[in-house]
Amino acid sequence: MARKKTIDPEKADEITIETLAKLAKGIHQSITRGRYPELISPVRSLQNVKEFRKRVGYLEIGEKIKTRTLSVNTVKTFAQTLKMMSLSKDLVETNDFATKRDAYYQSKNWGPAAFKDQPESDTVMDDIEAMVSRYGLGREHLRYIPDEHGGSVAGALKVHDKDLETGEPEVIDCTRFGSGAYSIPSWVEHLDFETDADFVLCIETAGMFQRLQSHKFWRKYNCILVSLGGVPSRACRRFVRRLSEQAKIPVYAFVDCDPYGVANIYRSLKVGSGNAAHVNHLFCVPQARFLGVTPKDIVDYKLPTHPLKDRDIKRANDALSNDPFFQAHPKWQNEIQRLLDMGVRAEQQALARWGLNYVIDEYLPAKLKKTGSFLP
Amino acid sequence: MDQQGRLGLIETGEDGSAPPAADANDSPPVPVETIPPELGERANDSQPPVAVETANPPPKRRASARSMGGKHRAISISEFFTKNRHLLGFDNPAKALLTTVREAVDNALDACEEAGILPNITVEIDPVTGYDDRYTVLVRDNGPGIIKAQIGKVFGKLLYGSKFHRLKQSRGQQGIGISAAGMYGQITTGRPVTVISRTGKRRPTHRMVLQIDTRRNEPKYLSEEQLEEWDWEHGTEIILTIAATFKGGRHSVDEYMRQTAMSNPHAHIVYRNPRGVDHVYERQVHELPKEPEEIQPHPHGIELGMLMRMLRETKRRNLTDFLKEEFCRVSQRNAEEIITGTAKRVPDRQRNQMLRRNPKAMERHEVEALFKVLGETKLHSPPTNCLSPIGHEDIRTGLFALFDPGEHDPSEFFVTGETRKPAVYRGNPFQVEVGLVYGKGLEGDNAAEVYRFANRVPLQYQAGACAITKAVQSLNWRQYNLTQPRGGFPVAPMVVSVHISSAWVPYTSESKEAIAHYPEILSELRLALQVCARRLQRHIRRQRKQRDAEKRKQYLEKYLDPISEALQEILGFNDQEKARVSVQLTELIDPQEEEAEPEDEAEVDEMVGRPIRHVEVVPEDQATTDDGSRETTSDSIVSPEGAEEVAQATLGLELPEGAED
Repeated sequence: MARKKTIDPEKADEITIETLAKLAKGIHQSITRGRYPELISPVRSLQNVKEFRKRVGYLEIGEKIKTRTLSVNTVKTFAQTLKMMSLSKDLVETNDFATKRDAYYQSKNWGPAAFKDQPESDTVMDDIEAMVSRYGLGREHLRYIPDEHGGSVAGALKVHDKDLETGEPEVIDCTRFGSGAYSIPSWVEHLDFETDADFVLCIETAGMFQRLQSHKFWRKYNCILVSLGGVPSRACRRFVRRLSEQAKIPVYAFVDCDPYGVANIYRSLKVGSGNAAHVNHLFCVPQARFLGVTPKDIVDYKLPTHPLKDRDIKRANDALSNDPFFQAHPKWQNEIQRLLDMGVRAEQQALARWGLNYVIDEYLPAKLKKTGSFLP
Repeated sequence: MDQQGRLGLIETGEDGSAPPAADANDSPPVPVETIPPELGERANDSQPPVAVETANPPPKRRASARSMGGKHRAISISEFFTKNRHLLGFDNPAKALLTTVREAVDNALDACEEAGILPNITVEIDPVTGYDDRYTVLVRDNGPGIIKAQIGKVFGKLLYGSKFHRLKQSRGQQGIGISAAGMYGQITTGRPVTVISRTGKRRPTHRMVLQIDTRRNEPKYLSEEQLEEWDWEHGTEIILTIAATFKGGRHSVDEYMRQTAMSNPHAHIVYRNPRGVDHVYERQVHELPKEPEEIQPHPHGIELGMLMRMLRETKRRNLTDFLKEEFCRVSQRNAEEIITGTAKRVPDRQRNQMLRRNPKAMERHEVEALFKVLGETKLHSPPTNCLSPIGHEDIRTGLFALFDPGEHDPSEFFVTGETRKPAVYRGNPFQVEVGLVYGKGLEGDNAAEVYRFANRVPLQYQAGACAITKAVQSLNWRQYNLTQPRGGFPVAPMVVSVHISSAWVPYTSESKEAIAHYPEILSELRLALQVCARRLQRHIRRQRKQRDAEKRKQYLEKYLDPISEALQEILGFNDQEKARVSVQLTELIDPQEEEAEPEDEAEVDEMVGRPIRHVEVVPEDQATTDDGSRETTSDSIVSPEGAEEVAQATLGLELPEGAED
């Protein structure tokens, strides 16, 4: 099976419909041949994540699969899964989309198969996503979009969108938002990008993003600024991924120097998460590199620090012992160990110690001169 | 009748002197002494009876041996009773009423059955005008009647009866009951007992009013007359006036009548309680129970005192014949073996001498040796034709008299019954039967109701002391899918009735309220309960399975349609194909997997590991139905169609005639 091949955005809808039909056909055939139909999906847990391969660039889902066979106990979920697939087909065909909540309310038309509450519909949706992930598709391809969006963009970028109603192309110039920014939509599969920027700078905090945008940092350094807003949302990750892939430009991450910034925000952005490994191939940015703040910066820039909290230490140790990404990168292991040894953390805004715009005038320019030394 | 023994006045000596019954006008010549074993000791220790009047010059100094000797005298059982009436079930006014009715009804039923008459019993309890604590109790039967000469003795003399000195299943055992009731009435109200009896169509009807001379244990006639007319061709009526209280509840007379009707489906019973409520329990079975045979004592069941008495009384000339003829299950070979064994323990007698020994001449140490050997010799179990169980079909039928199905169709209940094969405790054959009804019409949050019967007599008091209660409690009902508090009755919508029949039921006391805990009896009780519980468990499982299957089907139907619908939406096939998918889905997911449980597989008993014969002709859950003509004032027992034939067939199968050698 051609697993996880990159989906051509032009053909995404076609492939989605085909995949849905293929799955439905398999079930139909089982039934007419008197066999118990089965739904197959990969096991979604950190235990089913493969060893990290740099060549692949993201955390891959393992081989373990879960088979749900039609029986008295599964018949309800089975019915709901198929109805959700049917709804998805409908959404693609009408070029529409539905949030989880929308889907939940849609199910109220399904008679006995209606969902009782949203957790029930969420579970079924996750199952379907896992099923189609084997064919390289994600939930967004099925037109089930997340409720959360998140992520703002500013800088040397024009986004090509489409008017859903009229089909008219719309071009959004991300240089023209004043002190505001372009907000990444929940659903980014249909977007195209036009840019001559040299790199993408992903920033953890909204405050830092605002400073760089207000002072038009991107103009001087010809780049695109993205605000991650903590752990980046699926849409945000997918946006950065598609942008960097289309424009073939590097992505630099600028986050706090603490286990959360490294092990959660940066790791998720770059290689995806352990629990949703079945969609990591879509939601990873393998090109991303770690600009800072590094433990060494704390020393070099004499940054004000806070002591590591218990949960920071736990998180750091977890990363060292369980995370396939860090296990594959000795440099990262050293850095994390160093952080643990120092017993402190520093936020990116700590640079303000040397003046509010020190980061723009000194820190970032210095860093950008040595991109080769960025952590992987 | 003669040799069945009678009379219970204390006597003395070995010479068989007649008791000092004053004038024996109306009493036939009294045969040799017969002492109930438990009174034997006392009797032997006491002096010959002395005239009471001369016995008490008030001594002013310490008594001399002579004067003390003068104070020793026989205690008449009647006097003993007046002081110890609680032993016989007259401890309080409510219980006294029940005991009185019970003794009279038991006698009536026994008499009818022994004479081969289908019993018609009338019981009426009326308050005595002017008193709120006195009642007259009238019990009338259509039995054989009592000849005039016996009437006084039967009703006016304690320990006079036909049942004590024989081994045969009957309700009464000691000949103490009805006359005790008469005496109780006499003590508490001063009223005499009235008896009306007629022995046949062409015979006169006698009406006698009598009292008991409590000192001498003799009847005293106040009046006697011949009635011109009496409704019944034969039968007996007794009217007593006693101090009593009428109460409802588990210990009530109402309850006794109801349970009696249940355990005697062959009787027609009309009962009016003091509140004027009439109950008619119609005859459900039109054949008498199999008549129990009278048997001889089994050597393993006797006690030393009884052996001594038998040796004294026997007409046999030598010990060998004595053993062969006076006991059951002793063959020539057995007898010789016993005697050989006895001779070994008696150094001064040769075996041959012993074989020809005159039983009457045996000395004490010889008797003791014989007694010991009797207990040790291996013998066949006693014959079991002395038993007459209710039969598990009838016990099932009768169960419906024990509770009111209310608005529920009796067929909704699960009913089962089990009659065990006869077994033996201490040389006495006995048989256990259990009936069980279970259903949602009964109260489910309460402990199961347990009804106890011995020789068809309901046991209403002292449940806690009874072997039946213990057996029910000690069974692990949880194993059979019921809930059960530790050491208690199972909590279930269930009624259990347990019947023990025996030629000699081992009651814990003379008031016949509880059965003693003999291990053999407990074991049989548990086995019978287990059989019923196992069937109940199957029923509960089947019910659950049905419920589950029903739920499952509804559930499936709910969701199979959306599946085929969704497939149609995605694949775009036509409605015909959709229908086909629906059908195939149904077949796929819900194949008719009714793995019919084998109903009549041989059950292997858990405790003894031998197969139980399990005769079940009518499907268990086809409970009995009632014709719907229930009257408000009458409780009727429902009868299953064909139950009689089934009962016959079953009885024949489960109770092979005679012994099981």
